[in-house]
Amino acid sequence: MDLILEGILKAFYLLVTFDSEVMKITLLSLQVSGSATLISLLIGISIGTMVALAEFPGRRFVVSLINTGMGLPPVVVGLFVTIFLWRNGPLGFLGVLYTPTAMIIAQAIIATPIVMGITLAAIQALPKNLRLQILALGATRFQMVWILVKEAKLPLLAGVMAGFGGVISEVGASIMVGGNIKGYSRVLTTATVMETSRGNFDIAIALGIILLLLAYFINLILTNIQQRERPR
Amino acid sequence: MNVPAPILEVDRLQVRKGGTLVLDIPSLRLEEGEILSLIGPNGAGKTTLLQALACLIKPSQGELFFKEKIVSSNHGLFQYRRKLAMVFQEPLLFDTTVFENVSSGLKIRGLKRAEIGKKVAENLERFGIPHLVHRSARKISGGEAQRVALARAFATQPEVLFLDEPFASLDPPTRESLIDDLERILRQTGTTTIFATHDRMEALRLSDRVAVMNRGRILQIGPPPEVMNQPLDEFVASFVGVETILTGRVSKKDKGSFLASVMGHEVEAVGEVELGETVVFCIRPENVTLSPSSPKGATSARNVFWGRITKIIPMGLFYKVQLDCGFPLVAYVTARSLEDLALVEGKEVAATFKATSIHVVQKKLVET
Repeated sequence: MDLILEGILKAFYLLVTFDSEVMKITLLSLQVSGSATLISLLIGISIGTMVALAEFPGRRFVVSLINTGMGLPPVVVGLFVTIFLWRNGPLGFLGVLYTPTAMIIAQAIIATPIVMGITLAAIQALPKNLRLQILALGATRFQMVWILVKEAKLPLLAGVMAGFGGVISEVGASIMVGGNIKGYSRVLTTATVMETSRGNFDIAIALGIILLLLAYFINLILTNIQQRERPR
Repeated sequence: MNVPAPILEVDRLQVRKGGTLVLDIPSLRLEEGEILSLIGPNGAGKTTLLQALACLIKPSQGELFFKEKIVSSNHGLFQYRRKLAMVFQEPLLFDTTVFENVSSGLKIRGLKRAEIGKKVAENLERFGIPHLVHRSARKISGGEAQRVALARAFATQPEVLFLDEPFASLDPPTRESLIDDLERILRQTGTTTIFATHDRMEALRLSDRVAVMNRGRILQIGPPPEVMNQPLDEFVASFVGVETILTGRVSKKDKGSFLASVMGHEVEAVGEVELGETVVFCIRPENVTLSPSSPKGATSARNVFWGRITKIIPMGLFYKVQLDCGFPLVAYVTARSLEDLALVEGKEVAATFKATSIHVVQKKLVET
């Protein structure tokens, strides 16, 4: 029990003194996962909206692919990103393996299907006639899509949170493509894994608490969105 | 008098969904300022016709002309859509304030802020909802929401207005007051309007012409009294409120009038028919009077039949009385006469209707 208590006390000490190592790791985590989420929003929302509005053969298959993608195992993503970025791999000339860039790529691949799937569902959940109503108001196709996305903004925000929540807590891909290099590609999850294996529970607990706090804030925002009353 | 140029005209319009023909309109013309209502049961094609006319769905065949210029998906579609407005059964408001909702059509058209503000205020005033301006569209009642939807439609000053059962989901008092306002506003603005409804009273009240639709076709189109009193066939008759529809064979004919045998009873009616021809009689319930005894001095132009009351159904301000006279007959009576005549189920009464009040549909005419 002492071990845990001491660990927690040390962790709080590290947190309240803004320990530079811990802060650096946290900041990189936010940077990598934030960038990955932004990229996934651009791709996920645009393609998700397109698939939601378009009618084409094989649409069901595409939707099922997107839904499957929402549960992509991070280690599998990590594996393929590593292969692609490997020195002799197809994208090896980029030389980005074991850099934060590689982590952003891997995390974006994990988050994109999540954002896309939620966008798809959100746009499809809008009233069927809403599209016709917007067109009847004289909207161009582009204006119509823009208004629809705005109408779906609450579930889309949930998509943002789910995407970000998915990648900030992800460890497998980050450790594989980032390499957990101290001061360079070390993020909250990879550092927690390493410190735990070394028996440095105090730092591991501090990092864990930060992760938990992040998860808590994400869920707080999500809950607020979901609980907002929406009478029709 | 010259026939004015139509504002909207369709030529051999057909819409197919999954291979089946769901709309077939050989021709339809709409004059500027006219209010046309489409009535018919659910699935009659009213919505499909409205959406095809508004170019919101692509017809599989046919042409649409707006002010004598052709409109198609690659020809003036966009300019045309900016001259129309549509209100659906659901208000379909955006998740923002009432102001933003009413201004949405104007913003889409890129109007200046000051102008938008003026037009929004004007239309909120028009529909009696200026106090809602800053409220969230999600937090107003169904009737208020439909007023906002109408204000949004009128804000763009449409040249053609499409209304797809906009009152269908409102409760009767709310609907009543909204129809009052809409009627006044339509008369003021003179907006050309096509109005789909399954409530024939709404249609009769608001429109210059009524079109009765069923299974994707227009069965009859004309001024409300004409459609009400001279339905072209049995379907139209039953839809415009004719309760008694009888089939008979002409057994005797005279100058202008004739007798037809209906389930063994001779019924007199007026019209030019052939002996032996099959005819359909449409008798409106308000044209049938009931009395406890055979009315004295009945002229030959009157049909009097004794019948037993099989059912009395309260209809609000009046009662619907179903009779068995050897053939079924329906009459409307007021609560007062129900009491005066002591009408009860099972009682025998004399039912009278004028030969001239029967609308005769000639079978062979219908088939051609």
